[in-house]
Amino acid sequence: MSTTTDVSGTPAALGENYLNCAHGLRSWLLTLDHKRIGVMYLISILASFFLGGVLALLVRTELLTPQRTIVDAQTYNQLFTLHGAVMIFLFIIPGIPAALGNFVLPMMLGAKDVAFPRLNLLSYHLWLLGAVFALASIVLGAVDTGWTFYTPYSTTTGTSVVAVTLGVFILGFSSIFTGLNFVVTIHKMRPAGMGWFQMPLFLWGLYATAIIQILATPVLGITLLLLIVERVFGVGIFDPALGGDPVLFQHFFWFYSHPAVYIMILPAMGVISELVSVFSRKRIFGYKAIAYSSVAIAVLSFLVWGHHMFVSGQSALANMIFSALTFSVSIPSAIKVFNWLATMYKGSIRLDTPMLYVLSFLFLFGIGGLTGLFLGALATDVHLHDTYFVVAHFHYVMMGGTVIAFLGGLHYWWPKMFGRMYSEKWGRIAALVIFVGFNLTFFTQFVMGSRGMPRRYYNYPEQFTPYHQLSTIGSYLLGAGFLIVAVYLLHSLVAGRPAPANPWGASSLEWQATSPPHPHNFAETPALRDPYDFSDLVYDPATGNYAPAKGADA
Amino acid sequence: MSNGWSLTAGFSALLGPVLLAQQRGDFWLPQRASSEAGAVDHLFYFIFGVSAFFFLLIVVLALLFVLRYRRRPGREVEPSPSHNLKLELTWSIIPIIIVIVIFALGFQRFLDMATPPANSYEIQVTGQKWKWFFTYPSGFVSDELHVPVDEPVKLVLTSEDVIHSLYIPAFRIKKDAVPGRYSTAWFRAIEPGQYLLLCAEYCGTGHSDMQTWTVVHEPGGFETWLAKASNFLDTLSPAEAGERLYKTKGCAQCHSVDGAGGIGPSFRDLYGHRQALRGGAEVTVEENYVRESILDPQAKVVAGFEPVMPTYQGKLSDREITAIIAYLKQLASGAQEVP
Repeated sequence: MSTTTDVSGTPAALGENYLNCAHGLRSWLLTLDHKRIGVMYLISILASFFLGGVLALLVRTELLTPQRTIVDAQTYNQLFTLHGAVMIFLFIIPGIPAALGNFVLPMMLGAKDVAFPRLNLLSYHLWLLGAVFALASIVLGAVDTGWTFYTPYSTTTGTSVVAVTLGVFILGFSSIFTGLNFVVTIHKMRPAGMGWFQMPLFLWGLYATAIIQILATPVLGITLLLLIVERVFGVGIFDPALGGDPVLFQHFFWFYSHPAVYIMILPAMGVISELVSVFSRKRIFGYKAIAYSSVAIAVLSFLVWGHHMFVSGQSALANMIFSALTFSVSIPSAIKVFNWLATMYKGSIRLDTPMLYVLSFLFLFGIGGLTGLFLGALATDVHLHDTYFVVAHFHYVMMGGTVIAFLGGLHYWWPKMFGRMYSEKWGRIAALVIFVGFNLTFFTQFVMGSRGMPRRYYNYPEQFTPYHQLSTIGSYLLGAGFLIVAVYLLHSLVAGRPAPANPWGASSLEWQATSPPHPHNFAETPALRDPYDFSDLVYDPATGNYAPAKGADA
Repeated sequence: MSNGWSLTAGFSALLGPVLLAQQRGDFWLPQRASSEAGAVDHLFYFIFGVSAFFFLLIVVLALLFVLRYRRRPGREVEPSPSHNLKLELTWSIIPIIIVIVIFALGFQRFLDMATPPANSYEIQVTGQKWKWFFTYPSGFVSDELHVPVDEPVKLVLTSEDVIHSLYIPAFRIKKDAVPGRYSTAWFRAIEPGQYLLLCAEYCGTGHSDMQTWTVVHEPGGFETWLAKASNFLDTLSPAEAGERLYKTKGCAQCHSVDGAGGIGPSFRDLYGHRQALRGGAEVTVEENYVRESILDPQAKVVAGFEPVMPTYQGKLSDREITAIIAYLKQLASGAQEVP
């Protein structure tokens, strides 16, 4: 057995690790190793992100002029539908939990794997199957319903709605299984001595996410099945021509899809909690408040779906209740932001690439969250609903929040996952390009939205042309930023400096494993320690590693 | 007016009397042309002020901490508590109070916007892929929304097919038109002029073409317009009047004018030609056949089509039928020029 110790700082690239312990496609596709499954998820969701990104750039290019630019109206509608569906169902929902979470969760617990490794592999296989169905629709007649599949449009359009909804239905099970696995793993596999409040906060984020995945996703599955039943068998459920109720679909759909927004953001908040503490070298401020607010968000997220229907003809009473509940969910998010800021106070802040993403997150998620106040308030929402203001708001939350946190987490755990350091210089440049490109793309959308530009418009009133053009230029810059990331990360795999076990001076258990980790994660049982106590970690300039000072507890 | 008004009055005074005094709109918001738009905009800027404050707080603190506590030789982490109940309660309770205020203002103004005054002038609105139809109390139908200035107007919306949403940015109103249901919205226009009217709920290929105008008439102008427009049989040529009837009486939903297939035969090149009927007979399309087909559509159905057309008995006058016949004649004569 390898006797490489985790604290020596010796790069393990030459030793046995989970990447070189077996070879061949089969050894990947049939693996039960959570790390390999995490890496397969990572590759898959990054491919989806690339596809969704290309679709987004095509949409933005079409919008350079108020009339036709490159495609016709029908193609445009298919492009934005696919962009939304791919980004939501294939990329951002599985994004942090299934890729980063899969890799990190068992290691943070000092465990060998998740509770149900086979179920974990099944989740991934279902993701693949779901993706095949969802993307097959491109060939069969790409859907043009918007990712929300609103009835009766979706039950009457001639495009392949059934294939896509079936795909999303299958993806839902992938998500449910991942959630189930994580809940059981966190409950049953914490090491002796690690109570709930000694866990890293990323695990609280994943736990809260998993609860939503398990409880909300079945509703989406049922809803999409009903939609398929209506389309295929003509049973009247949502289509008024068949005696159904189209607004009922919106209730069902958002009963899942609003909580799903928190499936996307809660793990991102968990990542930020880790990064801000490690890179400020300071204990996270208000641990319990952050942990409880994750759970509070998960619970409240089930009670706010009606805010998507303020102008649907829903009663004023229902509108009032949903508006009030919507505001309640903003409080736990605000608390987290203040806690992160307080963590930085009097810390020792290192501006490495992951920390730049944390700062970017605070800026962008701040705007995303605060603009939610305009939409939660009834009188202003009536004007802003279904305009670019909403588009900008959710891109600030989902992309400025989740994607930025995902990038922060990816850069943070990259050395652990692949045993290589990426170019810090290019990392910082890309973070800056993405930040600037993002704001140029989406801030302009706030302005045109509040000025009355409706979303999902192929032709638009000429007065909005300058905003659209600025936004499109921003999107190209944003695309260039992501391209830089792709290039230096791939480059690091072949030419990156070998990574030490603990390059950032983090305290959670995964950093006691070698980089990349042993197939069974830890060659020796890791020494349990406080994930937010950095005081004994000393930097060794020779290896670039952080290790407990001699004489400190093992 | 209301408690909420006075609460935000202070803010608007701070945030820009210039912005709110003018009706033309500003950097963030379009022209304000309805009685409720001002209240919505007050709230918008109140939330804007709150958001700007918290955003700056977050960004300034983050930058300050980065600058002061950046890791550099000789600087160590300074001891500071990792938990402070008073501080944590403060930053929980202050946002709670603020969002309660925003919620209350939003709801109270929404109720004003949702409750049409009793004496409102009522217009029926129908959304249909991809056009709006506005039916006035006289029964006249237009494809632009015409309203009087300074009078409350209540819209009763529904849809013929999928969900649409009527949106007039300058009035700050939006309401879904849902098939099989009626929903209502109201406004009081305060300035004569033309304002964009858009569909805000995605409804397919032509969604973004579902734009038209709201025309707000000067005092007295609306009545004149409606009388004249309703009386278009007198003011337009018969063929023009027929075209208007074709668009507003439901003919266009089944009969194309460009030769394209539909639920019924296209009107292009129809008049004056012979048509095979269901059951084998033939007929020449002339005045009496058209009249019969409008009033008793099942009598002689063209081969290849289902007998599904409803009767227009009692819905179209003789003069209107004459106008439609004139329009059909024009479509047939025009067609001969097209190869």
